[in-house]
Amino acid sequence: MLKINELRATIDNKEILRGVNLELKAGEIHAIMGPNGSGKSTLASVLIGRDGYELSGSVEYEGQDLLALSPEERAAAGIFLAFQHPVEIPGVGNMYFMRTALNSLRRGRGQEELDAVDFLSFAQERMKLVEMDPTFMNRSVNEGFSGGEKKRNEIWQMAILEPKLAILDETDSGLDIDALRIVASGVNALRNEGRAMLVITHHQRLLDYIVPDYVHVMAAGQIVHSGDKSLALELEANGYVGLTPSLAQVGVAP
Amino acid sequence: MTPVKAIGGVLADLTPRRGGDNLSWLAEARFNALEWVGQHGFPSRKDEDWKYTRLDPILTVPFEAAITGSGLRVSAELINAASVDLGGIRLVFVNGHFAAQFSRLTELPAGALVTTLASVLATTPERLEPFFSHTPGGRHAFAAFNDAFAEDGAFIHLASGVTVDEPIQLVFFSDAEGGPLMSSPRSVIIADAGSHATIIESYAGINNDIYFTNAVTEVVLAENAQIDHYKVQNEPVTAFHLALLKVRQGGNSRFSSRSVMLGSSMARHEVRVLLAGADAEVSLDGIYLPQGEQSHDNTIFIDHVATNCTSHQLYRGVLDGRGHGVFNGHIMVRHGADGSDAHQQNKNLILSDHAEIDTRPRLEIYTDDVKCTHGAAVGQLDDEALLYLRTRGIPMAQARGLLVYAFVQEMVDRIELVPLRVQLEKLVADRFAKSERSVEP
Repeated sequence: MLKINELRATIDNKEILRGVNLELKAGEIHAIMGPNGSGKSTLASVLIGRDGYELSGSVEYEGQDLLALSPEERAAAGIFLAFQHPVEIPGVGNMYFMRTALNSLRRGRGQEELDAVDFLSFAQERMKLVEMDPTFMNRSVNEGFSGGEKKRNEIWQMAILEPKLAILDETDSGLDIDALRIVASGVNALRNEGRAMLVITHHQRLLDYIVPDYVHVMAAGQIVHSGDKSLALELEANGYVGLTPSLAQVGVAP
Repeated sequence: MTPVKAIGGVLADLTPRRGGDNLSWLAEARFNALEWVGQHGFPSRKDEDWKYTRLDPILTVPFEAAITGSGLRVSAELINAASVDLGGIRLVFVNGHFAAQFSRLTELPAGALVTTLASVLATTPERLEPFFSHTPGGRHAFAAFNDAFAEDGAFIHLASGVTVDEPIQLVFFSDAEGGPLMSSPRSVIIADAGSHATIIESYAGINNDIYFTNAVTEVVLAENAQIDHYKVQNEPVTAFHLALLKVRQGGNSRFSSRSVMLGSSMARHEVRVLLAGADAEVSLDGIYLPQGEQSHDNTIFIDHVATNCTSHQLYRGVLDGRGHGVFNGHIMVRHGADGSDAHQQNKNLILSDHAEIDTRPRLEIYTDDVKCTHGAAVGQLDDEALLYLRTRGIPMAQARGLLVYAFVQEMVDRIELVPLRVQLEKLVADRFAKSERSVEP
């Protein structure tokens, strides 16, 4: 589904991604771990089409050149990012926002648009997945939401838009254990064989709840180590220091 | 009466018709007003309060003063399309003169009078003398010009304790087919103690007509009176619109005004509020949305004279194309106006590299016991919010429209009159659906 080949990204003359290679197949969950500043979030940003990077290498998504698409075209092609810091948008109602988004996607796929009534029942049903209070639909997007509410709102959006490839950027950050469990169970409910997920996280904790098929370690803009879910436990026990040889290979001090 | 040749500009060639001036006081007031303009001239950019106002076009077009019955194309359909029918009483003025055929007079509670300035001049002119004689034609040439030329407008008087539930709608429509016209509507609203009414002024005209609306509305509130005022300025972009809303508030009175500026090539809405009685409250909102070559000017002066009065100003502008906006908000807290509470906020969203805003909050405070806040902000669309919307599949143009609309919507939501709010939501949404998208970030 997704094939990243020697992807490099530079911003303000600083190379953040320094040759990333990664392949995801439908139905797989891949976790990317790594220290701060290793380029994890930049990878997510590049995949959804954030402006301002000088790019080289290639990203192929379902046979298309992903890097040539605008953010909205990527969304239409089935890519979704759960933001690390969801944006507050005063004055735009959460429900109106999601209905507009879903209908943009449906229009693109030649499907009939949903009217307010049909959308409402669908949206409410999806809210149950993340145990969200229906009143959140009537509020401005993320405005005044707590950290946990924002993250649930991201997963609710994912449940509505039903992407093929979901990227979760630090979805566990700022969540207490109960909120983490709720968010993770929402994500797990959306797991299926047609959908791939890329889970970016700092902590092994999230991976207790969202169990990945593969774990990658990113450092200094490259994936330096890949393994199965046991790699996450190893990292938890030994820290990134245990990966010194790999880090040394890319020329970075541990 | 002699035209005031001494002053610059073609406006000076106009001579008032002698409407109503078999009355010596009125003839004198009109003469004095023109004489004042002759001595002082029209304002220029050297005048503090007109520094950012683009007046040149108004002073160069050869306008003729509109007369009764001018306007041949105007129809009920055009008027209905240009204003929202709120069902209640509705006075329609065409080129500044009452048009009975388009108006609707409904029964009002005893003690409520809603009529025209012309009819008051004809029957009980003495009621108007204080408004013409004591208008400081002096301060402001266009207000003086209105003194000299005004023949008609609305006259509303609410006796003590009277409440009019249905909104009173005043529609000022222009039809200037024959050539550039100047209309000078003058409205007077007198709210006696404890009375209450809602009044809407709408201004509109026919596309491509060149005309100049020079309007003055005066509101006098006695103790405990309440007036909720709305103004929708949606003149065609070939028109000019200068308006003065002058308010005097007695003790514990409440005045609110919500203004929406959409139209005109050059529009200025000036509000002057005198808080003369203790514990009075005023709340002014404004939305202005210049685009293309439009210029929208909001000039506000709030004069805290009495103790414990409260004033709120909340103005938001969206500037696109080569649009130009002005927010010039002046709060004066006089010596002895203890316990004054004055707040002012102005926010602007600039959508194009060529749009411009001059925002100028001014506080002048001569007492210690006062609470004042003010703030002005100028920004662009939030890139992060745009990206967020786009990652959900919302195309760029629609995402921009959504964010701009949201910025204005917060103000539109404050309009309590539901049919008017619905009309404005539509006007605003249409505006941003077809607004120029100048820069793709």
